[in-house]
Amino acid sequence: MNSKNFSSSRIIILAVSAAMIYFGIERGELSTIFAKATRVCLECIGLG
Amino acid sequence: MKRRLIQLAATILTNPHVTNFFNGRIYRGELKNFCAPGLNCWSCPAATLSCPIGALQAVGGYGKFGFYAAGIIILIGLILGRAVCGFLCPFGFFQELLNKIPSPKIILPKKILPVKYFFLIIFVLILPVASKFGEPTFCEYICPAGTLEAGLPLIATHEEFRGVLGNLFLLKISVLLAVIFLCVVAHRFFCRVMCPLGAIYGLLNKFSFYQLNYNAEKCVHCEICKKNCPLDLNPTKDFASAECIRCGKCKKVCPKRALT
Repeated sequence: MNSKNFSSSRIIILAVSAAMIYFGIERGELSTIFAKATRVCLECIGLG
Repeated sequence: MKRRLIQLAATILTNPHVTNFFNGRIYRGELKNFCAPGLNCWSCPAATLSCPIGALQAVGGYGKFGFYAAGIIILIGLILGRAVCGFLCPFGFFQELLNKIPSPKIILPKKILPVKYFFLIIFVLILPVASKFGEPTFCEYICPAGTLEAGLPLIATHEEFRGVLGNLFLLKISVLLAVIFLCVVAHRFFCRVMCPLGAIYGLLNKFSFYQLNYNAEKCVHCEICKKNCPLDLNPTKDFASAECIRCGKCKKVCPKRALT
């Protein structure tokens, strides 16, 4: 891969990740994550 | 030595609430909105940040794709690639310490390394969305980091949890013990064979800003880098490999500074 394609790939990945973060926040995913993260995750500790 | 200090600092910074281990509480502040770069259970009493793999599954459990967590993982992967595994992951640090235990060591066959993509696709991306109750399948049935960092400390401090231990806990303890044994005999077994987060960072290793550079003109093909690579890679050929965690051992031993 030449350096121009390499830089383009990086820019595309950067833009996609930024768009995904923005879309996730707009969709209210943070509240789902926060709610799960601030309670004891029974699945994670093996209680189901 | 410098990398060890960074690993230790990263482990402490992502787990500063050490007193919670004794009172059985978990941190519930605003920082839990952010995902840790490495694998670190969000129910670990000391944890400040969310687990990125847990966050992906938590949203997946509602039948949606976790764009926020996936975006964070991709962004971190684009910047650091698998250097996250080599420098910032607390569970990776734990695995390296386990491998210091004197024992016969084995070389992992290359064929089993793609198993982590199976865990990523099936247990993290498909099953949490497909299961009826939106279970975080990887956390529930596999994740040894959750059992070690959250399960054992919380069960030790909560009598009500000890009363309901069952087959699921038995399964998770078995996975943890198997992973511990395999990490003693094989360098970073979980990281290389099972970790879904490492799988994503591996895919981004080729594009990450933090790179291992190889200068073929300076190389004298002594293969000292290959002999010293703990992941059994050939850094002169595999410098952009999805398996390289950028530990830098090859750079350190290269007599001609062909790897930078």
